[in-house]
Amino acid sequence: MNVPSPATQGGGWLGQLRWNRRVRGRLVSFAAHFSMIALSFVFLIPMLWMLSTSLKSRAQTWLFPPEWIPTPVVWEHFPRIFEIAPVLLFFQNTMIIVVWNVIGQVFSTSLVAFGFARLRFPGRDVLFILLIATLMIPYQVTLIPTFILFKIFGWINTFLPLTVPAFTGSAFFIFLMRQYLMSIPFDLDDAARMDGCNTFQVLFFILLPLCIPPLVIVLVFTFIGVWNDFLGPLIYLNENSKYTIALGLNLLRGRNRTDYNVLMAASLLAVLPTLIVYFLAQNKLIGGIASVGLKG
Amino acid sequence: MSRQARREAVEGYICISPWLIGFVMFVAGPILASLVLSLTYWDIGSAPRWVGVQNYVEIFTEDGDFGQALKVTLTYAAVTLPLHLVLGLALSLLLNLRLRGMNFYRTLFYIPAVLPIVAVTMLWIWIFNPEFGVINHLLSLVGIKGPTWFHSPRWALPALMLLGLWGVGGGAVIYLAGLQNIPPHLYEAAEIDGANVWRRFWRITLPLLTPTLFFQLVLNLIATFQVFTQSYIATEGGPLKATFFYMLYIYNKAFGTLRMGYGSALAWILTLIILAVTLLVFRSSPHWVYYEAERRKEDA
Repeated sequence: MNVPSPATQGGGWLGQLRWNRRVRGRLVSFAAHFSMIALSFVFLIPMLWMLSTSLKSRAQTWLFPPEWIPTPVVWEHFPRIFEIAPVLLFFQNTMIIVVWNVIGQVFSTSLVAFGFARLRFPGRDVLFILLIATLMIPYQVTLIPTFILFKIFGWINTFLPLTVPAFTGSAFFIFLMRQYLMSIPFDLDDAARMDGCNTFQVLFFILLPLCIPPLVIVLVFTFIGVWNDFLGPLIYLNENSKYTIALGLNLLRGRNRTDYNVLMAASLLAVLPTLIVYFLAQNKLIGGIASVGLKG
Repeated sequence: MSRQARREAVEGYICISPWLIGFVMFVAGPILASLVLSLTYWDIGSAPRWVGVQNYVEIFTEDGDFGQALKVTLTYAAVTLPLHLVLGLALSLLLNLRLRGMNFYRTLFYIPAVLPIVAVTMLWIWIFNPEFGVINHLLSLVGIKGPTWFHSPRWALPALMLLGLWGVGGGAVIYLAGLQNIPPHLYEAAEIDGANVWRRFWRITLPLLTPTLFFQLVLNLIATFQVFTQSYIATEGGPLKATFFYMLYIYNKAFGTLRMGYGSALAWILTLIILAVTLLVFRSSPHWVYYEAERRKEDA
């Protein structure tokens, strides 16, 4: 009789299990890799299409089925953009607005978040709840009166309506910064005060240097948000010479509705700065968005 | 109050004063002002004229665009909110796998969420081009003759929905953080008890992720009611008002025809609708959102 010895039986059974596991593991890993690569294509195809169109000749653009690889590679659409519209001026306008917003947000976020996180004053908790509540106020309800306010100030067709509000902070950033400040031990403040620091010295010399991660998020989000903003400039700026990149892009489209080569080349240029900023900060950014998303 | 405490309080108010000023000037003030404005007729040129609730009466009885704008916005919300939730969650589950190159994928999938919406919209106008666009080419490969998308009253809104779905990675990154916050020992214990992948997802992952899902749902809800730029650029509300979003309507009334009072009334109605829906979501939350802290309280 062929009775397998317990040893071989056990080994065979175990071996079988291990083999199954390994095969299953490989299959799962293969399926996962496969789906990630397939998904990457779904996300990449639109961007590749933008790139491809911006480098194609006009003749090659209007083909069906479409061709993906530009042959020959045509660069002329990029200089064309600069002939059609004062792109450098748009760029400069956008950068001015971006820089003031970054300064305003970093300043006000630090100060306000510090107040909420570190100082005791009557009504603090109620005011903080109020701040959180403003996150949920849809902007259209304040849009018209704010416009009228700026009109009374005589600020229409200037950058002021797009920059000054940044100096009053944004609830989202203040919330993020306050949560971060809460995680820094109070012992640091006490020690600094013992050594003779006043409140504002504690903030600027002790705490802010430790708050680089949230400040990077404030900076990058402000940059991307302001760079991408369309409705704000649309309402407040009405002279071409004041236009931002976002408005300029729309202007370009108005003038060349079907010239997709130029439109895609211009879109590419408009996208590039946010992409660069995003890649430079991407590690800190994704972690930061996540922490805010969770603690709400 | 001691001298020191008073001093600290004064410094506290100084610190939060930028936000307080902003709150009064750009939030609370304008909200009240728009309520008052909504009861007037005002075209900026002449002095505002008090008309009582007439704007509201006109909106609800005579204005045919109101119903259409509301319908478009609600349809968009009803389709895209669940889609974003489910697909964002699915994507985050994939991104949570331990694979080589995962950082690259995470970076890649988030990109559409940081691109300027104007550029994104122009790109998709070209992608959706009925004759020479990529989408209809891909459809033709599987034997489907694609619709005319932005030129079709029936397909323009779905096209905008697809455009929005490209940004699904934005939500996925937040769900991902939620996933990574789930204590691994729970999975280990479940595995020892013989729970398979499916069961572990339904019994551990999903319940522990509900606070994150809830927070995202509320924020997405508010954002969805404010869709503007895509429709302004791609379709201008057309064809046949098929993509006439509510925000576009407010913009047209207030900044196109300069009817500031009417626009304010429209904005107030939308705000009340958003508030009502948000409250409903909040009310429903005890039934499906799981909070560890509350659970502990009950057990004690």
